[in-house]
Amino acid sequence: MSSSLENIIKKQKVVVVGNGMVGHHFVEQLAQLSAANQAIEITVLSAESRLAYDRVHLSEYFSGKTAEDLAMTDEKTYQDWNVSFQTNAKVVDIDRVEKNVVTESGQVFAYDKLILATGSYPFVPPIPGKDRDHCLVYRTIDDLDDIQASANVSKVGVVIGGGLLGLEAANALTALGLKTHVVEFAPQLMGVQIDAGGGRLLKEKIEALGVQVHTSKATSVIEDGETCRYKLCFSDNTVLETDLILFSAGIRPYDNLAKSFDLELGERGGIVINNQCQTSDENIYAIGECALWNNFIFGLVAPGYSMAKVAAKDIIGEQASFTGADMSTKLKLMGVEVGSIGDAHAKTAGSLTYTYENQPEGVYKKIVVSSDKTKMLGAVLIGDTSEYDSLLQYMLNAIDLPESPETLILPSSGEKPSLGADALPATAMICSCHNVTKDDIISSIDQGACTINDVKTCTKASTGCGGCAALLKNVADTEFASRGVEVKKDICEHFAYSRRELFDIVSVEKIKTFDELLASHGKGHGCEVCKPVTGSILASVWNDYILKKAHLSLQDTNDTYLGNMQKDGTYSVVPRVAGGEITPDKLIVLGQVAKKYNLYTKITGGQRVDLFGARVEELPPIWQELIDAGFETGHAYGKSLRTVKSCVGSTWCRFGVQDSVGMAISLENRYKGLRAPHKIKFGVSGCTRECAEAQSKDIGIIATDKGWNLYICGNGGMKPRHGDLFAIDLDDETLVKYIDCILMFYVRTGDRLQRTSVWMDNMEGGLDYLQQVIIEDSLNLTDHLEQQMAAIVDTYQCEWKTTLSDPEALKRFKPFVNSSKPDSNIIFVQEREQIRPATKDEKATKVLLDTKISQIAEEA
Amino acid sequence: MSNSSIAETHVSETIMANPTKHWLTICKTSDLVKDSGICALIEQGLEEKQVAIFHLPNTEKKIYAVDNYDPIGEANVLYRGIVGSIGDNIVVSSPLYKQHYCLTTGKCLQAEKSIDVFPARIIDEQVQLFV
Ligand code: SRM
Ligand SMILES: Cc1cc2nc3c(=O)[nH]c(=O)nc-3n(C[C@H](O)[C@H](O)[C@H](O)COP(=O)(O)OP(=O)(O)OC[C@H]3O[C@@H](n4cnc5c(N)ncnc54)[C@H](O)[C@@H]3O)c2cc1C
Ligand code: SF4
Ligand code: FES
Repeated sequence: MSSSLENIIKKQKVVVVGNGMVGHHFVEQLAQLSAANQAIEITVLSAESRLAYDRVHLSEYFSGKTAEDLAMTDEKTYQDWNVSFQTNAKVVDIDRVEKNVVTESGQVFAYDKLILATGSYPFVPPIPGKDRDHCLVYRTIDDLDDIQASANVSKVGVVIGGGLLGLEAANALTALGLKTHVVEFAPQLMGVQIDAGGGRLLKEKIEALGVQVHTSKATSVIEDGETCRYKLCFSDNTVLETDLILFSAGIRPYDNLAKSFDLELGERGGIVINNQCQTSDENIYAIGECALWNNFIFGLVAPGYSMAKVAAKDIIGEQASFTGADMSTKLKLMGVEVGSIGDAHAKTAGSLTYTYENQPEGVYKKIVVSSDKTKMLGAVLIGDTSEYDSLLQYMLNAIDLPESPETLILPSSGEKPSLGADALPATAMICSCHNVTKDDIISSIDQGACTINDVKTCTKASTGCGGCAALLKNVADTEFASRGVEVKKDICEHFAYSRRELFDIVSVEKIKTFDELLASHGKGHGCEVCKPVTGSILASVWNDYILKKAHLSLQDTNDTYLGNMQKDGTYSVVPRVAGGEITPDKLIVLGQVAKKYNLYTKITGGQRVDLFGARVEELPPIWQELIDAGFETGHAYGKSLRTVKSCVGSTWCRFGVQDSVGMAISLENRYKGLRAPHKIKFGVSGCTRECAEAQSKDIGIIATDKGWNLYICGNGGMKPRHGDLFAIDLDDETLVKYIDCILMFYVRTGDRLQRTSVWMDNMEGGLDYLQQVIIEDSLNLTDHLEQQMAAIVDTYQCEWKTTLSDPEALKRFKPFVNSSKPDSNIIFVQEREQIRPATKDEKATKVLLDTKISQIAEEA
Repeated sequence: MSNSSIAETHVSETIMANPTKHWLTICKTSDLVKDSGICALIEQGLEEKQVAIFHLPNTEKKIYAVDNYDPIGEANVLYRGIVGSIGDNIVVSSPLYKQHYCLTTGKCLQAEKSIDVFPARIIDEQVQLFV
């Protein structure tokens, strides 16, 4: 008793002000470090209405991510870690003598150690008119909600500030459908990270994407507009009309608390810290974007994480110090790749530069090397950052440069000196966000990590900005290979291969049947896993009729009977209603058939009609009538294209900007019958109101006034996922080309029963990688993918039509080989004027109000 | 291997112990579907029994017959399942919820359930069940 009481008394109180990315990282570090001895009590006070979220990926909020997706923690996690927390709790007062802090609502929290992780706020230049409505900033989720709301009632948007964040904001405005301008005070874009040559090219590329860039412009006042809501007046007497203004003119540290309480500040702001991240009061630490180290504020998350780690260690008494951080960045702005490494402006005395510029292709590359040409000092890459990783490693690890350093950036006329994972020293920093070195990766593998995902979980590498994903994979794969680690991904006990490998085997070795595949690459007799997978692969590669004799036994019952089996062994009938458009005559036929065969009728969630309760023997006559009336199979049973949901679109709707129904029908007709790892659904909306819910589909298409925005890998179902914005303003032809390639790439590489959403979530390099493969054709594959799709489109057949003309296939649709009696265990009762399967009790007591059998007998 | 010999003893015991039963011709071999199932209706008086018959020509026994009723899914569907092997067991996987039933012992591999197994043979292109 007394000892635990002592423990409580002795507990060290740590109060963290601010729960941004860095504040949260600190909490995580300290919670881990102090997990063993419970002598630390952590309290988090956050001014925002939510706990920490991923600010780095903030823009993805506009391409479908929700606040929940961006969250870095949740209440449950903090509770599990024994961390107390308050949101909406802005700290307004510090009493350094009594050692406590006071929040806006007057709550007082005592501390032994105080952590200021208050981050920074967007700087809004003092331009008259800056406080009017629709003048916004880009920093928090709440800001983004405001921007969205304003964009809904705006047509033109201007971003003031052409730095990294400004361009990201401009991208967001474009995605929101605004005509977008960027206004920059300096003569070039991204002046901090890149040089004038790079800036010039970047401007060209961004303008080619429809964003107008105005450099060397100083805004003097914001006035009422003539054609738009506002008018920006510049010092050179020119003007620019706009409805929405977004300030992105740099950030300022949130150091006001420190200012009022006499902690030492830098001349231009920032709370001064030492190598242990302590402020001028040793019990108060500052970390992240509010901290000033060596007269420098780090506006990136990785250095903030390092500070968090150092402060946490210092508090529990471990040695650690912060010694600066690398500010290199690689990013993609509106699809334009930009990289900046080290001394990008060649400020080091005696440094030499090599520059390569290819204006037609929009590529600019510069490296800065030491005067003796042996070490890399910095680099600028625009339009192509494929060399970023190796250039960065040359610099960070002071690796000796090859004799002619320019070969590192020249387009390869021969062998390019490549920096393999082997060449990196053990200390090489692989993931700067989480401070993970090559050595850390190797030791995680020593400790049992045997997949890339294991390595990520153990080390956290690649879970920050994601920029290191390719390098991480390279290092880990090299290490796996050197140990002969075999990663087990067999689909079942009969095949020691993944679905993807089987796909390659089938296509390369031109295998046409399961028996061939089993004999050459498998063992045993197959099972309900490998058989349908093979059936699907054979269908994707050769597009044979799936009920061809050799494939018959591979299909799931739904594919065998071309209908979905219901709980009582009957099937459903779902004719295709492309795009959800149906004529009255066809609708009548559906009603007549349903009535004749007494089928339960329901409108599905996929904009078509499902007829339930057909016995196997009834399927052929039902389908004969449907096909005679012009229907086709709807593939509701297949791991294949299901429906393309549409909204009514520009034909009728007063808001529609494109013919969404026409597009939906043509897409549904193009991809119907395509067999895939799992089912595929599309949606096409006629405008941004998104009535077709396209963003929850595998392929989602939303009309813009210039064409179509393509979203991919959305999902409803068990784990909903919003689609990722893949490309914007596509014309019809490019849209179809991209979809062809994406679907075919999915068909080739997806795992068994993996929807596109999960496929994307597991893809190394994610959306960026897929964009490279499809848009930039980085694997030189798109021609082939298009051809493959064309072959499938050309050989489409309605499986029901083929079946009805094949007496051999029809033999399967008899309940018994030796009798024509129906299955007596299929019994229906009436409910809401339609049939439903009888329950077990109803069958047992035989209180059968109206069985289907007797009804048929009456009719006969 | 061991499994199939147990099954055979089991089968011959059933035949010995049931002098009232006999071999009944169901259909021709051409009615069978390779590596898949068909269903027979056996009517004995008022009793009806559905038997799923599977043809796996690449296995030792080649022909297998079990009750068509899936006791877990509670419907007459087993003949529409995919057949194959799990370890040494020759199995059918229920088309409803995918449990495996061993075709030689009738045991479900995932639950404490089992189904009847019937002796089956092919004589002169005729498929026969002992019922
Ligand atoms: C009939 C229908 C429900 C309805 O009455 O509206 C339906 C019925 C079935 N759904 Fe569904 N789904 C139906 C729309 C949906 C939708 C809504 C949509 O498509 O807009 C979804 C969510 C959207 C999505 O897929 O992302 C949906 C998500 C699922 C899932 C979960 C998929 C996932 O990724 O999590 C399954 C299970 C699976 O596929 O593994 C499923 C599976 C099934 C199965 C096949 C289950 C089964 O094996 O028996 C149901 C039988 C269909 C039948 O008998 O015809 N159904 N299902 C809808 C048929 C639409 C059509 O016209 O083809
Ligand atoms: C759109 C965008 C894109 C970015 N992209 C990248 C990128 O690609 N790579 C990269 O490295 N960095 C990027 N950054 C920068 C990165 O997000 C920041 O470096 C990082 O978030 C800093 O973390 P922090 O915890 O120091 O500050 P913040 O994340 O700003 O958190 C500080 C928190 O403290 C709260 N707070 C302030 N004062 C108080 C108070 N008195 N009481 C209580 N709480 C208070 C604030 O409300 C805030 O929630 C990006 C930033 C933005 C906005
Ligand atoms: S999405 Fe647009 S076009 Fe389609 S119905 Fe809705 S408002 Fe109309
Ligand atoms: S470098 Fe950002 S996640 Fe690794």
